[in-house]
Amino acid sequence: MYETTYHRPASIDEAAALFAKHPEAKYLAGGHTLIPVMKQRLAAPSDVIDLAKIKEMIGIEATSDALIIKAATTYYDITQSAAAKKAIPAIVYLTSVLGDPAVRYRGTIGGSIANNDPAADYPAAVLALGATIKTNTREIKGDDFFQGLFSTALEDNEIITSVSFPIPAKAGYAKMRHPASRFALTGVFVAQTKSGEVRVAATGASQNGVMRVPAIEAALKANWSAGALDGVKISADGLMSDIHGSAEYRANLIKVMAQRAVEAAG
Amino acid sequence: MSTVKLTVNGKSVSATVEDRTLLVHLLRENLNLTGTHVGCDTSQCGACIVHIDGKAVKSCTTLVGQIDGANVTTIEGIAKGDQLHPMQAAFRDNHGLQCGYCTPGMIMSAIDIVNRHASDLDEETVRQELEGNICRCTGYHNIVKSVLDAAGRMKVAQAAE
Repeated sequence: MYETTYHRPASIDEAAALFAKHPEAKYLAGGHTLIPVMKQRLAAPSDVIDLAKIKEMIGIEATSDALIIKAATTYYDITQSAAAKKAIPAIVYLTSVLGDPAVRYRGTIGGSIANNDPAADYPAAVLALGATIKTNTREIKGDDFFQGLFSTALEDNEIITSVSFPIPAKAGYAKMRHPASRFALTGVFVAQTKSGEVRVAATGASQNGVMRVPAIEAALKANWSAGALDGVKISADGLMSDIHGSAEYRANLIKVMAQRAVEAAG
Repeated sequence: MSTVKLTVNGKSVSATVEDRTLLVHLLRENLNLTGTHVGCDTSQCGACIVHIDGKAVKSCTTLVGQIDGANVTTIEGIAKGDQLHPMQAAFRDNHGLQCGYCTPGMIMSAIDIVNRHASDLDEETVRQELEGNICRCTGYHNIVKSVLDAAGRMKVAQAAE
């Protein structure tokens, strides 16, 4: 790791002010992506600004319409939250199969979403549930947030402060876990909104990161059941192909994981 | 350079180190606590796991600044004098290790697992919960046996206290 200077601001404003002073800085949350990348010398921020201890960025609230998770809330705290379990159990399930226990103690929802790894789990939930990302300067619709591999609508100095998930009528998540990395070889989040809209998002599959799956949405809109997807064929065009699985394999996984997710959603 | 203050295995520690210092390096190189191992160095194998404020986390993926003021327990800090921690004793009695490289991380994770699943610990849960710790010798069978055995011993030890 190259040399860097560590900062622990006490507030969001203080963190943003530090970034303004150090344009080559990076924000640090759980650190389970940034620190490994710094160790490989693929990132060399002059300064790291730690957001994980900022109190106004930690916590979970549920209203009758939405589950709001503040950005520096750890995966572990999400899995333990009675409010989250009651509001959107699929989010708690997704979190419980993310990484391993030591990762879940440190990783944060804001860090995962800001990083937008093409095989990360939360982007699928954000897109399928039509969540809103709140930052220190604005609100960004989930539909506009993810912009391809590791890129998002965020400005370099912008800080995600919370994510607001509308509470759906039904939601479920299923993924084929890579057995070593526990990332999604393909994961699918299915949701039916309270107004009856069906939204389905797949992660780990597309070369451009998380994506909606219109063919599955249309089939589930007509008939919300795993069986309704039996005849659906997903194209392998634009899907990832690597040593872990071909594009065709992932195309089939999208269907199978969607079926499992529908069964989980009930 | 920054000065960090920690409590490590019950003792106050103050160290002035570069900001890029990882906790595992502070433990091994500055404090000579070499029981904590570096395995993969890519945050996947769990050999470096220690307890920070009671939670089992990867010390190779933690900058010392992130835990300034924290309470750290390493494998060296869990026995009471000559008396092994029940988890250590169970690993010994069940042949829960072969080369021993992963063992400190396994034991620190396993204690955390038992603490979190006091009453509902079964084999499947242990296997799931240990997925952040990689062992290349044992095939995990005796490790799982050790953790289940220790869970019973820890309950007895707690009741006695």
